[in-house]
Amino acid sequence: MTHVLEVQNLRVSFPADHRRVYPVDGVSFWLDRGETLALVGESGCGKSLSSLALLQLVPSPGQIDPGSVIRLADTDVLALRGEALRRIRGRRIGMIFQDPMTSLNPVFRVGDQIVEGILAHFKISRAEARGRALQLLQEVGIPDPVERLNAYPHQLSGGMRQRVMIAIALAAEPEILVADEPTTALDVTVQAQILEVLDRLRTSRGMAVLLITHDLGIVAGRADRVAVMYAGQIIEEAPTERLFANPSHPYTQGLFASVPRISGPLQRLTPIRGNVPAPSAWPSGCRFRPRCPKAFDQSEKEPPLLPVEIDHRMRCWLAERDG
Amino acid sequence: MRPASNVFGEAWRKPAGRAGAFLLLVIAVSALVGPWLLPDPLAQPDILAGSVPPGLGHPFGTDQLNRDVLARVVAGARVSLSVSLLAVGLSVTIGAAVGLVSGYWGGVVDAGLMRLVDGALAIPRLFILLLVLATMDRVPLPALIVLIGATGWFATSRLVRAEVLRIREETYVRAAEALGARRRHIILRHLLPNTMGPLLVAATLGVGDVILLEAGLSFLGLGVQPPTPSWGSMVLDSKEVLVSAPWASIFPGLAIVITVLSANLVGDALRETLDPRSA
Repeated sequence: MTHVLEVQNLRVSFPADHRRVYPVDGVSFWLDRGETLALVGESGCGKSLSSLALLQLVPSPGQIDPGSVIRLADTDVLALRGEALRRIRGRRIGMIFQDPMTSLNPVFRVGDQIVEGILAHFKISRAEARGRALQLLQEVGIPDPVERLNAYPHQLSGGMRQRVMIAIALAAEPEILVADEPTTALDVTVQAQILEVLDRLRTSRGMAVLLITHDLGIVAGRADRVAVMYAGQIIEEAPTERLFANPSHPYTQGLFASVPRISGPLQRLTPIRGNVPAPSAWPSGCRFRPRCPKAFDQSEKEPPLLPVEIDHRMRCWLAERDG
Repeated sequence: MRPASNVFGEAWRKPAGRAGAFLLLVIAVSALVGPWLLPDPLAQPDILAGSVPPGLGHPFGTDQLNRDVLARVVAGARVSLSVSLLAVGLSVTIGAAVGLVSGYWGGVVDAGLMRLVDGALAIPRLFILLLVLATMDRVPLPALIVLIGATGWFATSRLVRAEVLRIREETYVRAAEALGARRRHIILRHLLPNTMGPLLVAATLGVGDVILLEAGLSFLGLGVQPPTPSWGSMVLDSKEVLVSAPWASIFPGLAIVITVLSANLVGDALRETLDPRSA
């Protein structure tokens, strides 16, 4: 079976001081129908940029490298231009952005914004589109949907706005939903509700979800597979249970050590020392080397993705040495 | 971002804005209604009497052709206001269109349009107008409006472009793009409404500018042609009797000053409302 989405060797470059830097540098992943892939990483690791690249929305002067491949079932996305590209946006891949406060246009009613999303892709009457908008609001669990259709964004709470954003993203019935940190700006309880909604929609519509987050906590129990990103590359990928049972890359281990645990013995949290370097300052060899407690002489060479166990790979020479 | 009605409401709450708006309203209403109540501005009831000082029959006096100055000032208001409103409407429309296209498309289109605007801004507007008008025998009113409108949009287009550059980075514009909104839709529904504020200020201040410009051109004999009364041409007509019958030029002059002042007061009040830091 072909994947709904397949990304191969995605590279995004930006010009910097007479050369090009690659904030996204050779990212590959795929999505199957009805599954959730979580893309996890710190800010600045290239996860949002990778998701924007899926729809050719990389902000200028950024460029997607010619060798990159993005395939939607049988469609070569990077070959599309103009109207053909527009038809993909929203229709095949829907997107939800991080901040529901700024993702809605403040001067238009919520209902009109959903209707516009529908009319961008379907030739139906405005009245019909309004009917669908109402259904969508119900589907994402908004109480009093009839009233909410006529509300302005500022009259809604953050959680409600994010639900509206999901409704807009669903307006054109996409096969894939990209959720870029959909809950970061929300309260913890609201977070859970929004993730619940996403889960429900995935099951009922058979959508594939690409969940982008920095929070390992929301990955557990939601995602089928996890890909951890560091410095523009995927450094570890595995089915969720396997990754949680056996985090293998020193960076992934560091991420787990810096998250507080509710059960088990009381432990001091260990932060990963240092920061993610800027794309222009990525070290040669293993990019995590300067911050890695387990770095050894082989880390001077750049590691490929190496197998750890079945379906579990990481970009670290330790897989070879210890495996 | 607040709805436009609030902006007007808040500007109205400022004393200067209210005074300006009130005066403009008075001038506009008298321009609309006045001509029916006042004598014919072209009538010369007693041409031998010449200019009569302000008095009971003629509150603003008469000019050297014995025409009623009040009636002419009011009729001139019609001409001056409609010329400036139409010309400003034209230049704001062109300026907004160019600014939107330039700011949203970017790249070569933007560079081309903006260099054109740079070039146009380097030549004084009055100079362009004098050059073109001097080649025409008679200047029909519509031609005057089009000329003034077509030379007034350069700064507006830059203003709109700057706003567009800011707004297009807003998440909701990115979100609309990500959901496959059409370009036309993004421009008309997301960008244009959010540039309305600065556009409104530019338009209001532009009205004052154009009234002055039209008065200046008419005074030079290149604007509104006699016998149609306009404030500028009235000052021109009565310049020979400036000393013996000053009222014939003082009243149209005052009309110019008051109208321009009012338009600027309203424009400033709107600007302060939209951007409190500029106060």
